[in-house]
Amino acid sequence: MSPTIQAEGALLEVEDLRVAFAVGGREIRAVDGISYAVEPGRTLAIIGESGSGKTVGCRAIMGLLPTGTQISGSARLRGTELIGLSDAQLRKHRGSDMAMVFQDPARSLNPTMKVGKQITEAIQAHRKVSKSEARERATELLRLVRIPAPERRFHEYPHQLSGGMRQRVVIAIALACEPRLLIADEATTALDVTTQAQIMELLLELQQDMDMALIFISHDLGLAASYADEVVVMYAGKIVEQAPAKQLFGAGGTVKMRYTRALLDAIPHVERPAHTELPVVTGRPPDPSALPVGCSFAPRCPSAADDCTAKAPALIEHAPGHRWACWHPCENGGAA
Amino acid sequence: MSQAPAETPAGTQADSKKPLLSARDLVQEFVVREVGGARGGIVQAVSNVSFDIMPGETLGIVGETGSGKSTLARAVLQAPRPKSGTVTFRDMELTKLHGKALLSARRDMQFVWQDPFGSLDPKWTIRSIIREPLDAHAVGNWASRRKRVEELLDLVGLDPARYAKRHPRELSGGQAQRVAIARAVALEPSLLICDEAVSSLDVLIQAQVLNLFEQLRHELGLSYLFIAHDLALVKQVSDRVAVMYLGKFCEVGPGESVYKRPLHPYTRALLDSIPSTEPGAARATATLRGEPPSPINPPSGCRFRTRCPRAADKCAAEVPEPRELAPGHLVACHFPLIEDAPADSAAAVPAQVVIPTAPNTAKAQG
Repeated sequence: MSPTIQAEGALLEVEDLRVAFAVGGREIRAVDGISYAVEPGRTLAIIGESGSGKTVGCRAIMGLLPTGTQISGSARLRGTELIGLSDAQLRKHRGSDMAMVFQDPARSLNPTMKVGKQITEAIQAHRKVSKSEARERATELLRLVRIPAPERRFHEYPHQLSGGMRQRVVIAIALACEPRLLIADEATTALDVTTQAQIMELLLELQQDMDMALIFISHDLGLAASYADEVVVMYAGKIVEQAPAKQLFGAGGTVKMRYTRALLDAIPHVERPAHTELPVVTGRPPDPSALPVGCSFAPRCPSAADDCTAKAPALIEHAPGHRWACWHPCENGGAA
Repeated sequence: MSQAPAETPAGTQADSKKPLLSARDLVQEFVVREVGGARGGIVQAVSNVSFDIMPGETLGIVGETGSGKSTLARAVLQAPRPKSGTVTFRDMELTKLHGKALLSARRDMQFVWQDPFGSLDPKWTIRSIIREPLDAHAVGNWASRRKRVEELLDLVGLDPARYAKRHPRELSGGQAQRVAIARAVALEPSLLICDEAVSSLDVLIQAQVLNLFEQLRHELGLSYLFIAHDLALVKQVSDRVAVMYLGKFCEVGPGESVYKRPLHPYTRALLDSIPSTEPGAARATATLRGEPPSPINPPSGCRFRTRCPRAADKCAAEVPEPRELAPGHLVACHFPLIEDAPADSAAAVPAQVVIPTAPNTAKAQG
């Protein structure tokens, strides 16, 4: 939509991104060489368990990690390299080029400030506009995120709003400067199903209107299947599988990783009869300071063989658009 | 885990057995204070809720935030006591019991909350946490209690040799929840109340804990009151499911029946909001606009009417009473989904649910 956008190709290109923390003299490799790209108007879902590195990877791109974190690799937003930028330089991109929405809206908002003022501030931080213009734009944003009676809500404090309303305000702030990239980190996890559906639909609609790229981080594969174009599955800091959502899920789904399969199978489903045993994988993700030599999932994998523990499989595009990292991928999508 | 050869038929009302827990007309209200302590209004958190739980049965309760499902669980536990109504548990009327009598009655009724770390004392070892209820009720002697703790850790899939001496902070969320469960079943209760007990866990850990609940159901013959906002989760564990909205049950029935043939428009909307893992099949549609109204001044008549696409004049005037429209399946709705929408409603189109009705019945109702 915007003329500045490159005619072809990705909005965000992440290449071999690595993030490591030093804790008590040990190196914790939270993100261990991930690469992906997102195009404008497209939705990428990053899926994984707690501690898989899905949030840390996105925070590294946003420049929201504590100082002293070792970040290497590359993340280019519309051709601009973000990794290695100073805080001040990054601040220019945050908000105007890219924005992030977090899980807990209550903690993203200032409890002592009226919501209208918070949105106005966000606009004025990035745009040279008069106060009245900023206020007008803020009301417009509240209307955009479908908050009823925006003129009234403008003068309310966060505690006067419900969880879903607060998350709408947070989204309004994130959209204040029309970012090209929006990262939603478990943005609907704390919300009820009906509210979750409303917020996801809102995000997708706004994305289409503004031709934004959307990355949503979630542990919920169901959400990814419903709303994403592309799905990235992370485990122990690495991408283990990546494919278009259409290819991965559904009747003809071609899930290749046992881990992705396990995540899918473990979700309770309304069509399942009650009291049936859920298929589970035992164990826990590996300690990020002592990753195994071979495949990180091998200790929990039902089809692990000797080669899995000896050498880690690389993430290779085996089929068009479908990358996976496994020596013994599932046949027929791994369906039992 | 052994597969159950024959399940107890869901929602057997005809069963001659007496219910384990029986709640009648439970009402819980809280006074809201405004600045300076002035009486601001009364939150009608739970309004006239009645239900039974049979021995070995699991009753699931689903509802949105603020529907009163947690308040209901606490009213059952008498913490705090409900404003009115009765709770009969194993022939004891809990609302009339006090002090030690109430404590010993509650021994058979244990609970697991959402945040495992919040319910485990961080300074205690896992062993002492699990042993505490055994000590409090003076079960056996020191040695037998110690042995029992190890059995319990085994039961929930934690190796006693590795975990007994640890502290809660050294555990993952799933492990901590297992400890909370071990503690809850230490006294061999007959009823376990789970309030969003697996909601904070990762999906793989969640599946393990759900399987553990299932295993305990078989091995200890436990009954559950299982509360969650996730419909699929509740379906997975429940024999019967109750759907709660603004302090009232709008639909109760056998799980299969409620999920396959929902009768209340609210249940239908909840089911339609679930994201599906079948792409293209059906994206979850936000069928429900707006948010639940305030429980301080709930709408007159049917409390769901302000968001209901089928609401008509009658819905504002009369409170719908629960009606049994299928075996064991009750709905509190003037225009359940087996009938056409009333002619004066926003959705005066035929119901999506199969059973066809004559086209002119809608007019007759309106």
